[in-house]
Amino acid sequence: MTDATSVRQAADEVPPTRSLRSFLASTEIDTRLAGMIGALAVIWVGFNVMSGGLFLTSRNLWNLSVQSSSIAVMATGMVLIIVSRNIDLSVGSLLGFLGYTMAMIQAVWIPTNLGLGYDQPFTWIVTLAIGIGFGALVGALQGFIVAYGGVPSFIVTLGGLLVWRGLIFRYAQGQTIAPMDKTYQLIGGGPAGSLGDVGSWIIGGLACIAITWTVLMSNRRRRAYGFQVRPTWAMAAVIVVSSAAVLGFVWVANNYFWPPALATQYAEAHGITEPPGGLQIPTGIAYPVLIMIGVTLAMTYLATRRRFGRYVYSIGGNPDAAELGGINVRRTIMMTYALMGVLVAISAGIQTARLNAAVTNLGIQNELDVIAAAVIGGTSFAGGIGTIAGAVLGAVVMQSLRSGMVLLGLDSPTQDIVVGVVLVTAVGLDAFLRRRSTR
Amino acid sequence: MSDVARTPLVDMRGIRVAFGGVHAVENVSIDLHAGEVIGLVGGNGAGKSTLMRVLSGAHTADSGEILIDGQPVSIGNPRDAKVYGIETIYQTLALADNIDAAANVFLGREITDRSGTLDDSAMEAATRKVMHRLNPNFKNFKMPVKSLSGGQRQAVAIARPVQFNARILIMDEPTAALGPAETEQVRNLIRQLKQEGIGIFLVSHDIHDVFDLADRISVMYHGRIVGTVKKDDVTIDEVLGMIILGKPPTEVTSQELAQLHG
Repeated sequence: MTDATSVRQAADEVPPTRSLRSFLASTEIDTRLAGMIGALAVIWVGFNVMSGGLFLTSRNLWNLSVQSSSIAVMATGMVLIIVSRNIDLSVGSLLGFLGYTMAMIQAVWIPTNLGLGYDQPFTWIVTLAIGIGFGALVGALQGFIVAYGGVPSFIVTLGGLLVWRGLIFRYAQGQTIAPMDKTYQLIGGGPAGSLGDVGSWIIGGLACIAITWTVLMSNRRRRAYGFQVRPTWAMAAVIVVSSAAVLGFVWVANNYFWPPALATQYAEAHGITEPPGGLQIPTGIAYPVLIMIGVTLAMTYLATRRRFGRYVYSIGGNPDAAELGGINVRRTIMMTYALMGVLVAISAGIQTARLNAAVTNLGIQNELDVIAAAVIGGTSFAGGIGTIAGAVLGAVVMQSLRSGMVLLGLDSPTQDIVVGVVLVTAVGLDAFLRRRSTR
Repeated sequence: MSDVARTPLVDMRGIRVAFGGVHAVENVSIDLHAGEVIGLVGGNGAGKSTLMRVLSGAHTADSGEILIDGQPVSIGNPRDAKVYGIETIYQTLALADNIDAAANVFLGREITDRSGTLDDSAMEAATRKVMHRLNPNFKNFKMPVKSLSGGQRQAVAIARPVQFNARILIMDEPTAALGPAETEQVRNLIRQLKQEGIGIFLVSHDIHDVFDLADRISVMYHGRIVGTVKKDDVTIDEVLGMIILGKPPTEVTSQELAQLHG
């Protein structure tokens, strides 16, 4: 098996056509991603059986999607940082710091210091814009020290972890800043911060059209250049399966209804007489989940279809080659950190809006969850390897484990132990499979 | 072939590079004409690679000037060099292992559409065309170059200058890691590129490669040029003497020569 000559011979020969592998090859689905979806399915079904059917409910899955969104958004940026052979340990503290700043803007500075009062129509967008801009600036500062200062990223961001958290305690003096702006709160999710059934179906329908269009266009391009194209059945399979997944998700989200108390309030406020058994208001896709999906798409485009992404991956594969290829390696590294800062600001928005407050331990240990999500999603610390979609799935896997263990009544220390073991096992298994697949 | 009256394609004058107190390249002048192959030889640490890194923009000289087509130019980084049509095939190949052949060929010079989106199909098509000429058996366009054989990786590295119509090509030990058949392929390619009027600096340890391909041979020793000779005017032994003793053949005593032959 490990005999060098036999391995080399095997590599020279045509790979054995196993039916599943050839099926996946002709659909051009990433096998690693497919494997992760399989693992996620096993986790979901396993928890559902163990919890007596509590896991695979609309309510739980809807909550799962909302709870995953903040970590998933940051994990997409962490992928690019790890791919380019760096690390960012400061995201948790930075999230707290930016969350605090954004809370101060909407709860203190705009209403009191500027004397404009609460719940102005522009408050939420001004807050987010300042938060994102500030995040980019702070990220770029850390990236600058890493790329131009020559200080290892581990050290720079370890310093960041201490500095940003320290600043929160210094300026907040342990205070909780609340409440958030009414519109701003919506990006945290919750029944009001969701699309509702009609909006969700529209988004789902548009997504299906976009999937079909993307597959057909890529096929047309490849055909125009005379390349081999996927067989029609494989294209159809990809379109049907992805569309079914999208519509399935919309269906699940629409089958989670507003909590009865909220529904009753709503009925009274709108003068509707509640039918017996209560008013059933479909919740639909939550705004933070929509943000997560948007970020995932944008980051995937950036990573795979833009020069910036290509450069990040080439730096991870061979920094010298990138430099000799004429790539501005330092600027590219700095940009990955600025981008990370933007994503941290978005997540800070989601978390403060969801909590409806900024507390001093906001985002604490988030860096570990974010790195774990990226790594479970197949990002390699050796550099050059990792996908955005994988990291988002990694975040969902982590959150599924946590939420499943909560349903089973396991306490928090036990959860940590299990997540830790899963993390190491996943990476070990991945390394093993990778060694076997290459020579 | 190398008409002296013609303006050289590349003219490097008085190039000096020092690392700390060590003079890696000391007052070196060298020129190259279109359609000419200059063999650059010398022992380890003689300064050949450093000199070539200056021309390819990977390293800046402490002093000296570079003229391209008789015009003084400033080459501060690899991007500048590429503007002047200077392409380099490094000994290490300088490939990013995790991306595919087309991505490597176009690294730093990607084709994009109007929105700035990478046009991978166009890059793959161009790469297929070039590779068809260099290595007709090459099929693995979708694989990361990590999984390719040594010869295939070499072909990817060579595809770069061919794709971008290099005028000046620097090849650092192009056949060091190759088998006999692949070495022959590279030699044929060098002859072909020379025919097309490309000027080539061939850095090599393999004296037979150099004698087979070069028009002129420059020998470096401890950071200096010992001498530049026309290939047809010298024997392999004389060039070996220059490499080892660091003196032009005329200055080598018979005693030293006897020592050399043991």
